[in-house]
Amino acid sequence: MIQVRIHGRGGQGVVTAAELLALAAFNEGYFAQAFPAFGVERSGAPIQSFVRINNEAIITREQVQVPDILIVQDASLLNEKEVLLGLKRTTQLIVNSPLEAEEISKLLKNKIKSNNIYSTPATDIALNLLGKNIVNTVILGAFIKHNKIIKLKTLLQTVAEKFADKGESLIKKNQSAITAAYNYVSKK
Amino acid sequence: MKNNLKTQFLEGSRAVSLTVANIQPDVISAYPITPQTHIVEDLAKFKAQGKANYEYLLAESEFAAASIVVGASATGSRVYSTTSSQGLLLMMEVLYNASGLRLPLVMTIANRAVGGPINIWNDHSDAMAMRDAGWIMLFAENHQEAVDLHVIAYKLAEEFNLPAAINIDGFILTHSFESVIIPSKKDIKKYLPAYKPALGTYLNPERPVTLGALFTPDHFWLEKRRIDEDLKNILQVFPKNYKDWKKVLPSESPIKALLDDGLVEYCGPKNPETLLIAMGSIVGTIKECLKKDKKTGILKIRSYRPFPAKSVKKIIANCKNVAIIEKAMSSGANGPLYSDVMSSLSGFKGVSSNHIVGLGGRDINIETIKNIIKSAKRTQTKFW
Repeated sequence: MIQVRIHGRGGQGVVTAAELLALAAFNEGYFAQAFPAFGVERSGAPIQSFVRINNEAIITREQVQVPDILIVQDASLLNEKEVLLGLKRTTQLIVNSPLEAEEISKLLKNKIKSNNIYSTPATDIALNLLGKNIVNTVILGAFIKHNKIIKLKTLLQTVAEKFADKGESLIKKNQSAITAAYNYVSKK
Repeated sequence: MKNNLKTQFLEGSRAVSLTVANIQPDVISAYPITPQTHIVEDLAKFKAQGKANYEYLLAESEFAAASIVVGASATGSRVYSTTSSQGLLLMMEVLYNASGLRLPLVMTIANRAVGGPINIWNDHSDAMAMRDAGWIMLFAENHQEAVDLHVIAYKLAEEFNLPAAINIDGFILTHSFESVIIPSKKDIKKYLPAYKPALGTYLNPERPVTLGALFTPDHFWLEKRRIDEDLKNILQVFPKNYKDWKKVLPSESPIKALLDDGLVEYCGPKNPETLLIAMGSIVGTIKECLKKDKKTGILKIRSYRPFPAKSVKKIIANCKNVAIIEKAMSSGANGPLYSDVMSSLSGFKGVSSNHIVGLGGRDINIETIKNIIKSAKRTQTKFW
């Protein structure tokens, strides 16, 4: 079972990111589960959401204690206690940041080794292609690039399915933002 | 489950609202409250999009919503409402009338703590506030069970003329996404016939009747006793009803149960040393925790009212330790589930303990369950 924990701030689409990821995993043929942990209901407050992906039915409902993959949509949260909870040696970090993995590892006081860190300038990509700073779909492009769980094609189809009532233009924009993040190559 | 073409990946609230729409109530009335909101939003949307034929009335309060469905039910309509927490408390006076007037209301409770202090997250305090209101009270572990229990609740409610509440954990089930099979209108019709109460049992000018007349001390107790008897009679028919529904909509249970009569479900070894008893979504986490534990079993109470005392007693009889895990309390006394379980046991020689967990949305993880199992060897009440 792969356990994912997503961190971000209220208004950044943290909950939608979890739902999209889980739905894409379901469409890929896996069992999946997604759920949020709402904090106080206001814009900007730290929020977490959780995803489990498995080959068999998922029955547990505890919040993800020890994440296999950590997605951080807002790098200003990196050193928060909740973000660093339950890290293991192999935990991967997918983070929205223009910084290189080594620099992020240093910021984290080496709690995650640089070879487990994948940074993507999701904010830049979102501003360029979506016209606003909503990075939840963008960061999933980086996620699927570094974990071979979900194919790009499946994620793009899932975005169309999930955003069906939001219109063709928004779907297309999100699909190109995901593809840009997927194709982004770090300088390292 | 994976290979079933009917399987969808849905939010718990959506699973409930789709099922309710397919049950085809005549009248829905509700007032939005967190975490029930997504259910009422969905049901209002289905109506606005022309996908549903029910009357949808947005009430000005929960008291009004409950009163509207009581009124509609009294005229022979199939009705539905849903609420949470303070909203349920505001309905309370009407809830007692629903059972007292023998009206088969069906309601989803997206369980949430009761303030103060104010708290929007999940526990079972709201459900326990209506424990004695004369309602059928069912608790769902997961989305599929929530779906199934809604159909079963309508069947029992309309057969026994008693109201029914389906409890689903707020956020944990209402806001989570997982695989679920939604029964079609056709599936439901095979099990639940259209609601056609007999003329003379509801308000209709063709055959006028009085509902809710004054009962003097000579008759009041007899009527109350009749409600109690009828509620308890449901224990006899529940297993068959449950089985019949499972035939219409088979869905695989991820962990094979050793016993499942609908009222309760037991998973674990034949003769468990320690037995855990719980209700609702926490049972999933407990099952995960017990995957490698050969000495501990989990008894899930699906029907809290009527309380299946006999089924519980049979399973507990030979256990050394019984730990009752619940998301509610009765301040100044033991937890409500603990009291119900213990009062149904006579001659139990083992150790019993009461564990109050998850109040106000406190996450219950597998480590906590392991620690509860360890502490089940001592008689005590413990908050986790």
